[in-house]
Amino acid sequence: MSLTAVVIDSLVAICLLLSLIKDREKTKTALRIAWNAVKRMGPSVLAIIAVIGLIVGFIPAQWIASTIGSEKGVLGLLIAAALGSVLFIPALIAFPLASSLLKMGAGTMAMAAFITTLTMIGFVFLPLEIKELGKRFALLRNGLSFVVALVIALIMGLIL
Amino acid sequence: MNKEVDSPEKQEKAGVPWRKKIRWDLLFLALSIVAFAGLGIVYREKGSRALHISWEYFQELVFILPAVMILMGLFAVWVRRETVVKYLGKESGLPGLMISILLGTLPTGPLYVAFPLAAMLLKKGARLANVMVFLSAWACIKLPQELMELQFLGWKFTLLRLGLTVALVMPMGIVAETLYHSGGAGESESPKGHADATWGRDPKRS
Repeated sequence: MSLTAVVIDSLVAICLLLSLIKDREKTKTALRIAWNAVKRMGPSVLAIIAVIGLIVGFIPAQWIASTIGSEKGVLGLLIAAALGSVLFIPALIAFPLASSLLKMGAGTMAMAAFITTLTMIGFVFLPLEIKELGKRFALLRNGLSFVVALVIALIMGLIL
Repeated sequence: MNKEVDSPEKQEKAGVPWRKKIRWDLLFLALSIVAFAGLGIVYREKGSRALHISWEYFQELVFILPAVMILMGLFAVWVRRETVVKYLGKESGLPGLMISILLGTLPTGPLYVAFPLAAMLLKKGARLANVMVFLSAWACIKLPQELMELQFLGWKFTLLRLGLTVALVMPMGIVAETLYHSGGAGESESPKGHADATWGRDPKRS
């Protein structure tokens, strides 16, 4: 159990207890809302977890490295940003990978774009995001995040 | 194999749109399980690695998802709409954007657990730009992740990237909001509880 989970769980436990003391009926309603959300999200979330396992298990880090490292300039930047959007890579793998790529001579720009799209954009999550927030919202958020990632990368490339 | 293709007679009695969506996510789940099983049998070693990773994420999910959903439920019953509107609504301005960033930075789990929270904020009257900013902050600003970035990519890279992200996410939220409400917003696509967006651009009366 991670530290994050411990913090969130104890925080929520305290809130739940306070709520229970203050008003039992409202707390019941809250728990019903929570349960409905869990039921609604369940299948999508399990599918996401399966897809993450497949991506991390089957796409070798070397392949990502050679794909990003092989192109320089604008094309390299776009490839890095696109890979970051489509793939799901845990931080534990992504940062060492980016670091070794930088040492091998990959551009700062491409790495910044890669890390930023990796965190902000999740093609894996898209079906769930559409379900919860609507297609228009999800596409706007992901699309604009891509643009923002490119802008961040360009500025970083100019400064560093 | 193809149990997901058997829907026609079920579709008749389930005319409600969201019923249809549930079938999509079940299909998605069934396909990923089939892919998992197939690839796992053919490539034993990679398959077991994939299984191991999925198991780790499953554990994370089990410990975090219920808690976040309960938090959402409590938020739904205890926080009044007027409060959300006051701090995160149309008039909230820059402070509203700042609050959204802070909310997104609180110790949090993976991005997907934030989607129902975001939907709840919209439903309670938060402005779209703020919800966008909230989700972006949730996605990018996580302490454990930033510590790793610091360690591997150095403070210059990390601080600059983080600073630029925080700075750019706010205009991004505003642009998203503008685009969202322009050009025939919504119909059935508008997020839940945000149906009033449809009435933003009214045809002339009389």
